[in-house]
Amino acid sequence: MLKLETIDAGYGATTILHDVSLDVNAGEVVTIVGANGAGKTTTLRTIAGLIRPTSGRILFEGRDITRLSAHETVDLGITLIPEGRQLFPEMTVHENLLMGAYRSAAREKQADTLEEVLTLFPRVRERLDQNAASLSGGEQQMVAIARGMMARPKLLMFDEPSLGLAPIIVAQVFAVIDTIVKTGATVLIVEQNVFHTLKAADRGYVLENGEIVLTDSGKALLANDHVRQAYLGI
Amino acid sequence: MDTILQLLANGLMLGGLFAIVAVGLTLIFGIVKVVNFAHGEFLMVGMYLTFLVTRMLGLHPFVAVIVVVPALFLIGALTQRLIIQPLMSARDDHIQIFATVGLSTALINLALLVFGADIANTPASGLRTPIEIGPVRVLSGQIAIFVASIALVIGLQLFLQNTAMGRAIRAVAQNRSAAQLMGINVDRIYILTFGIGAACVGVAAVLIAPLYPTSPTIGTYFVLTAFVVVVLGGLGSIPGAFVGSLVIGLIDSFAGFYIGSDMREVAVFGVFLLILILRPAGLFGKQLNLSHVSP
Repeated sequence: MLKLETIDAGYGATTILHDVSLDVNAGEVVTIVGANGAGKTTTLRTIAGLIRPTSGRILFEGRDITRLSAHETVDLGITLIPEGRQLFPEMTVHENLLMGAYRSAAREKQADTLEEVLTLFPRVRERLDQNAASLSGGEQQMVAIARGMMARPKLLMFDEPSLGLAPIIVAQVFAVIDTIVKTGATVLIVEQNVFHTLKAADRGYVLENGEIVLTDSGKALLANDHVRQAYLGI
Repeated sequence: MDTILQLLANGLMLGGLFAIVAVGLTLIFGIVKVVNFAHGEFLMVGMYLTFLVTRMLGLHPFVAVIVVVPALFLIGALTQRLIIQPLMSARDDHIQIFATVGLSTALINLALLVFGADIANTPASGLRTPIEIGPVRVLSGQIAIFVASIALVIGLQLFLQNTAMGRAIRAVAQNRSAAQLMGINVDRIYILTFGIGAACVGVAAVLIAPLYPTSPTIGTYFVLTAFVVVVLGGLGSIPGAFVGSLVIGLIDSFAGFYIGSDMREVAVFGVFLLILILRPAGLFGKQLNLSHVSP
């Protein structure tokens, strides 16, 4: 479904990703594991079209999307749930969710999608008329995920969904992601909680200093000595 | 008592005038984050267009709306697309401000070239007729401006709050990169917003032209007060600009009568400074978030 071929990308003159190749097949859950600053967020932002690669190719469903802008990749069915929630603070939760269904294909099914999403997030339903800024961090993360689902994406990308949340909330966020995964969604996830994501993932990539150094099934990576030492502290 | 009512009416009429000029300015600032120093010249261009349509075709000035508003929308949209957008990636925001100052000077000189320095009088068409409401006398054209300013403020608020396009515009203002992730074409929203802001001042131009003589520098006359009310109301706040306009209009009116007409501006700017000292973000403005500065 998604294929990155030898991607170089970065900010301005600084190249962060070197020769990154990875792919995600339909229905798969794939995770990128790496230290802070390894280039995980940059990878997701490059796929989303927020950063334009300096070399390499990105294919989505066989189509070259390397030069597309962020709003165009959304049209094709790629949705990034960004790090730090990034809600619209002075809009209600309901308005935030409607923004998720902005692209025309999603807007047609907006009412149905909203009902489906709210069934999955009963807490969000209770908060519909509140301003997004007034929610707790965990609630904001739930809204961010719900907003991402409003786009009815083919590929859902999560960037650090548990960052800055209390452990009990983290468990709830993972429970929600597990539910989404069980619906057969195609997911690419970057998460500091390596143990949980590797367990849930079909496959994983290990990213170090902007380069893919290792790739295997989630289970195999969990058992890998290097991964255990560097990322699981075992 | 009658004097007070008359001063009140004058102040409100003046406030409506300031508001209708300022609404587009605050919209553009609030969304695109650009201070458009050519806003007054957009007004001037709109007034000349109204003058031309009225004089050449012999139509009522209000009919000129059909021409002036789309024309100003186009001018605004092109300003964003051709002048501001190429400068958006510039590291220094001030470059955009200087660009609008340059545009302002260019438009004034263009008007001098085309129309000369003489004033152009748009036919009054019954808009300078005094109307008596009880003890108060105002011009019919002033009432039209006041009503239109309220309609414009309410109309814009409804558009921003209740339509998908309006929500997209607010989303871009609140979080630009998240808006992109929703599938919003941010560049297009900026062009659209600049166009709408300029179209608003087009409405103002049509209503003001029959009451005030048009000259190449007429824009600067109105826009200084527009900047004051926009800052007073809270940059980017449309209701704030409206309330700020009424405040300034009333102070102007009462101070002119009770303190002396040469002291009006002293009173206006005195109150302006006082309010800014007490509420630096303006009447309806959000306090600036300085959290990134603190440790």
